[in-house]
Amino acid sequence: MIIATGSKYKELGVAGEKELSGHGVSWCATCDGFFFREQHIAVIGGGDSALEEALFLTRFGKSVTLVHRRNELRASKIMQDRAFANPKIKFQWGSEVVEMVGDGKVSGLKVRNVHSGEEQVLPVGGVFIAIGHLPRSELFAGQLDTNSDGYLEVEGRSTRTAIEGVFACGDVVDHVYRQAITAAGSGCSAAIDAERWLAEHAS
Amino acid sequence: MGATRAVTDETFDTEVLQNSKPVIVDYWAEWCGPCKMIAPVLEEIASEYGEKIDVVKLNVDDNPAIAQRYSILAIPTLNVFQNGEVVKQIKGAKPKAALLRDLADFI
Repeated sequence: MIIATGSKYKELGVAGEKELSGHGVSWCATCDGFFFREQHIAVIGGGDSALEEALFLTRFGKSVTLVHRRNELRASKIMQDRAFANPKIKFQWGSEVVEMVGDGKVSGLKVRNVHSGEEQVLPVGGVFIAIGHLPRSELFAGQLDTNSDGYLEVEGRSTRTAIEGVFACGDVVDHVYRQAITAAGSGCSAAIDAERWLAEHAS
Repeated sequence: MGATRAVTDETFDTEVLQNSKPVIVDYWAEWCGPCKMIAPVLEEIASEYGEKIDVVKLNVDDNPAIAQRYSILAIPTLNVFQNGEVVKQIKGAKPKAALLRDLADFI
């Protein structure tokens, strides 16, 4: 068996998110950044991914506002330094997302200050959500080992799981690269691992 | 291009809005990988269901006016037009079977 169930973007679960998805709400800056030229953009998140997305979006947007629940980022220092140095990136600290606002397309992002409770609407034309990924490993809970984030564990650089004859590949294992081509490559590895296992266990 | 054809900002009104058949408009761009993934599927759909529905392609880089008119902010996006109005929108790349389910009302 080869498991290749992949991963999905974490959603916020706020009002307007589903309706405006594809209409100003996105999870992929490299895919959709092009459509937000000269617009004010919000990026939600505080890790390396969020900063990567924000930095990328400065190529298109008039401004990029990073919205984060806490008052400090958890991203690496080097990414933080690059973000702080970029004049287009602004920071909306201690803010939780309440709602994505817009009629047909995004016109604003309603946020709430976690300390004061005060709410305001940031006037943005694009909202990029970068709060992480969820590996689709729920089906195997209790049967296969996962790391603390739910990614399936494999032996070294192979695709072998702890169960004989069961292999895992792609984004349900890889939380670092997560590209179509790296997933396809690891799928090829899984096919080879599986084929060799079958050959060794043929009776 | 086989069964599908390209439309532009200039030809959109005639080819799409004034079309007597339902029309699928495929918004795409050269740099969009998932758009290229569904391109052959759309060709198949166009040739298999050509009597019931037209399939046209609009390059958003070359035709920003139409893309903006319909608030296209992510691609691939498919808009199904009937009598000049958008009656269905399909977002993102999907396998053929899923697209056919989405288009069931029109084919």
